[in-house]
Amino acid sequence: MSTLVEKQQLKRHEQDRARAKGAKAEGWRRRGPLLPALIFTIIVTQLPFLFTLWYSLQNWNLLRPDGDAFVGLSNYIDIFADSTFRQAALNSIIFTLGCVFAAMVLGIVFALLLDRNFKGRGLVRTLLITPFLIMPVASAVLWSVSMLNPSYGLFNWILGLFGIPAVDWTSSFPVISILMALVWQWTPFMMLLVLAGLQAQPKDVLEAAQMDGAGWWKTFVSITLPQLRRYIELGVLLGAIYVVNTFDQIYLMTAGGPGTASANLPFYIYQRAFLGFDIGQAAAMGVIVVIATIIIATFALRLIFRSFDVKD
Amino acid sequence: MAIDTATAPAPAAGRSEKAPKRGGRPSSLLTVLTWILAIGFFSPVIWMVMTSFKQESAAASNPPTFFFEPTLDQYRAVLEAGAGSYFLNSLIATGVSTLLVIVLAVPASYALSIRPVKKTQDVLFFFISTKMLPVVAVIMPIYVIAGQLKVLDNIWTLVVLYTAMNLPIAIWMMRSFFEEVPGEVLEAAQMDGAGLLKTLRTILMPMVAPGLAATALICVIFAWNEFFFALNLTAAKAATTPVFLVSQMTSEGLFLAKLSAASVLASLPVVLAGWIAQKQLVRGLSMGAVK
Repeated sequence: MSTLVEKQQLKRHEQDRARAKGAKAEGWRRRGPLLPALIFTIIVTQLPFLFTLWYSLQNWNLLRPDGDAFVGLSNYIDIFADSTFRQAALNSIIFTLGCVFAAMVLGIVFALLLDRNFKGRGLVRTLLITPFLIMPVASAVLWSVSMLNPSYGLFNWILGLFGIPAVDWTSSFPVISILMALVWQWTPFMMLLVLAGLQAQPKDVLEAAQMDGAGWWKTFVSITLPQLRRYIELGVLLGAIYVVNTFDQIYLMTAGGPGTASANLPFYIYQRAFLGFDIGQAAAMGVIVVIATIIIATFALRLIFRSFDVKD
Repeated sequence: MAIDTATAPAPAAGRSEKAPKRGGRPSSLLTVLTWILAIGFFSPVIWMVMTSFKQESAAASNPPTFFFEPTLDQYRAVLEAGAGSYFLNSLIATGVSTLLVIVLAVPASYALSIRPVKKTQDVLFFFISTKMLPVVAVIMPIYVIAGQLKVLDNIWTLVVLYTAMNLPIAIWMMRSFFEEVPGEVLEAAQMDGAGLLKTLRTILMPMVAPGLAATALICVIFAWNEFFFALNLTAAKAATTPVFLVSQMTSEGLFLAKLSAASVLASLPVVLAGWIAQKQLVRGLSMGAVK
């Protein structure tokens, strides 16, 4: 009798252990496929950042080989006295918000126009997505020279037809010139996302609204726009991630100038590191940008996780 | 305008076949407006292509030259300037990195959707947050480390960096495509005792193939067009197409027609791919929310 009970207990115990072991093995089986990507990403993207942190505490200027000394937080203190850094930070915000907002508004207009049946719809869509596919370096050249050149640019010639005198766009209005090129590049991206949202919305709701005699604008604001919300949020988030890192257009159209009037943070840090050889200072700026990005991103990600309700 | 069509005693009855339900005139006006906007928006591209077929004197003229005898001289000049090797580098960097991204992203997104690990949300958060890390904040250590490892001006350095650059977005996209696979299909496969690899190969991959194409296309676009890493980490040997374009701009003054020809050639592969795979592009960008 007693042996039977003992045997049963032993058996149950063994089963428990096997189950625990099985769960552990199961956990690793699940984790296994994830690990290569995770480890690769950590090594390539996180490890260098630790070096950046270390550099930011050094006085390391490649032009002064005697330097390379630990200076604590003095690089950070210098940044807060650096008015160019503040200007570049402001420009980063202007470029990002300005481009994402304008591209989204234009994108919504184009998407609404495309979301109808008409002749040549496919061709119109093809024309409209092209700026997103053009190499940004090529589009920067196209805008700064072919379109906006003060003496032979197409843009000034068109303005001239309306009696508006020629403007030297990239030196008089550098931020607006860069924004033009950026909005041109990113509008198709927003348009495609909004178009996807429009095509996903149930047609019967729209028809019902029309039957009720709701006007076009009212239908758009009260039915279409709310349904587009997660597409618009996704567009704003992805757009902002890429636009905030804009470098090509600034490097080629204005080189941050005149002076530093149109430099954004990526360009200013690049200048300090690769043209000024001031690694310590540039690294400290990088760290500050990362901290600011993390703060902003935490809010932004909360937004996207809410709209995509990720299953845990 | 809407009132106009509603009260008019159907003068367009004969054309009713052509006009959809929503009414004829406003709709055709909208179509004209759409065409005008589309052509206006596309016109810089037309101008770039036109300029590339001009002689230099006609390219930078005031007023602009609209009628000219097209020439292939500029394209010839671009190819003679050695564009080939840059294109080859771009091809390697784009092709290999996209392949690597897919190889890494497919299992990872499987582990974040179909048989999810614990803390899926945290892992996803981590991946997308690396995308928010400004590239410029890590370029200095990457430059220094690459210098010490003697892999500056090496195309494989770009391959590794482009893989890391596109991996997070690819994982997010692939995950959303895997999420669409109905659970019953997978259960049935498990009942049959199919292993992970077999399930992946025979059941999952065919179902998410369009999503995979969409993801690959997005990776190709961003890798082909990448300039910042290429500018800072390559020189003569491993430089890619965007670097070639810029070298045309600075090294020998400004030859607008030749520059335009180089721009057209540099953009052509991705533009063609995007045109052909428009549906995939929409799917990829909307994270599979639209079929």
